[in-house]
Amino acid sequence: MSLSARVVVARGSLALDVAAGVADGEVLAVLGPNGAGKSTFLRVLAGLLPPDDGRVEVDGAVWDDADARTHVPADGRSLGVVFQDALLFPHLTLGENVAFGLRMRGVPKATREATAGAWLDRVGLAGLGDRRPAQLSGGQAQRAALARALVVEPALLLLDEPLSALDARTRLTVRAELRRHLADFPGSTVLVTHDPVDAMALADRVVVVEDGRIVQAGTPAEINRRPRTDYVARLVGLSLLPGTGEGRTVRLDSGGVVAVAEDAAGPVFAAVRPESVALYLSRPDGSPRNVWPATLAGATLHGATVRCELTGEVPLVADVTETAFAELGLAPGARVWATVKASEVAVYAR
Amino acid sequence: MRRRRVRLAVPVPLLVPATVGVAFLVLPLAGLLARTPWAQLGSHLATPGVGQALRLSLISASLATLLSLVMGVPLAWVLARSGIRGRSVLRALVTVPLVLPPVVGGVALFLVLGRNGLVGSWLDETFGITIPFTTTAVVIAETFVAMPFLVISVEGALRAADTRFEDVAATLGAGRWTTFRRVTLPLVAPGVAAGAVLCWARALGEFGATITFAGNFPGTTQTMPLAVYLALQRDPEAAIVLSLVLLLVSLATLLLLRDRWLGRSGTPVA
Repeated sequence: MSLSARVVVARGSLALDVAAGVADGEVLAVLGPNGAGKSTFLRVLAGLLPPDDGRVEVDGAVWDDADARTHVPADGRSLGVVFQDALLFPHLTLGENVAFGLRMRGVPKATREATAGAWLDRVGLAGLGDRRPAQLSGGQAQRAALARALVVEPALLLLDEPLSALDARTRLTVRAELRRHLADFPGSTVLVTHDPVDAMALADRVVVVEDGRIVQAGTPAEINRRPRTDYVARLVGLSLLPGTGEGRTVRLDSGGVVAVAEDAAGPVFAAVRPESVALYLSRPDGSPRNVWPATLAGATLHGATVRCELTGEVPLVADVTETAFAELGLAPGARVWATVKASEVAVYAR
Repeated sequence: MRRRRVRLAVPVPLLVPATVGVAFLVLPLAGLLARTPWAQLGSHLATPGVGQALRLSLISASLATLLSLVMGVPLAWVLARSGIRGRSVLRALVTVPLVLPPVVGGVALFLVLGRNGLVGSWLDETFGITIPFTTTAVVIAETFVAMPFLVISVEGALRAADTRFEDVAATLGAGRWTTFRRVTLPLVAPGVAAGAVLCWARALGEFGATITFAGNFPGTTQTMPLAVYLALQRDPEAAIVLSLVLLLVSLATLLLLRDRWLGRSGTPVA
């Protein structure tokens, strides 16, 4: 079972052109901001929207081929789709919801009830088959939606922001369960999300889509370590500094100079983790080779650390502890010195 | 600090016309109740003509509603969901009977289905069927006038319904017809029910098109509104009793629709 797709859609301001392949048992995350075209991509894969151009093939069966004018509608595809809001049919019980796909395939009542029951059991909803969707919590509804999608043993599983409607605590548990079910799922999975944590936790590979184009592709670890666009860098919490490598220094496009620990040449990115940045009120003495004056533009509290947005010749994000932040007496507009060890700066080609 | 909800005082320029408006709407009904000959109510209702007219009214209004459901629900779906061209023109055409004087509707039906009409002459020659001045004509006239109410109501419900449920059904392997039966229709059932009640009430009260197209023959085409009108000239007390019956039926209808119209929060209407 495998998916190979190239999808071209032009809709108003959106010009989507995305190609992707997903192997057996593999999970591909499509990560991108709102309006990037991720959901349109998913709707095309689902057969809910014919592409303007391109081709979608699953397990050797052609679902879409613009050149050959082939378009298999959604109900002719071996699919499972989980939407952001579980979208359980409100007029059916949980059991009937899960059995819906089997019913459409003409599975006898007794068999489909047994199968649906077993799936409810698998997603931790045993005994709730007679409930109405309105009686479920958000997490339960999303688990049921997953069971409803998987019960037909589809070749392709599509997940459209499956966790973003859940509250933070529920999201954690459902994400862990989803990970387990995806590991058991033999078909190809495409996960659309704007949350990098979902992509990192659930996907084998990630493509980042911005403005309808893939801007970066790789394993979650690669994306996490070496972001290539500001959007991805912000998502993974890195400061991304484009510049030109000159030996052990990088001359930034924005003006500053960054000392690095390895030789760099040509157009490169220098990436700095917020926790590698230290802040001082006066210029520190000693060894760090990267010392820059900066202005605190904003600060937000994340747990026990304060994330500080710095402006200056080298724009950075710094994480300092709440205590340190208070001791320094920082407030937006404050003038500070930021230091980063050369060995803490990641350098990679643009 | 908690803010108290303050009930707004009604400005006099609004209060006075509003009060007159309420009186205008309620007083005639109160007058009807006041003049009802309660003592002779039973004997009036027992008159054979009354039972006959009431039965005819209920049967023909129900048949008209059934016809409207069979044709109107698919029509509403086409208006709300399909991508056919000229949808707005179609909608305008369908809603014409809403604003058309019913008498004109009756005349139009007569011209088409009458013995010399476009379709009527063909029916007469081919099958020997004559429609005007029969109970069939009553049902047709009522359907013509009442169906747009159903179509508008169901179309509104379809537009308000979340189409993503239909997407889900499709991804689970349901074709469009199955999706309509198993998902769309159940979702808009409250809207269909409300439309059917509205349609039925309108059919029950139909006068103009019925008397024009079907005439006024006791037992076959004389429905309650026609009987009331006739009785008012001969026997006003009987007219009041008949009106009272229609009023009760209307109130029952309103009761059925109260969740929708009186703003009681019942089940959310799709």
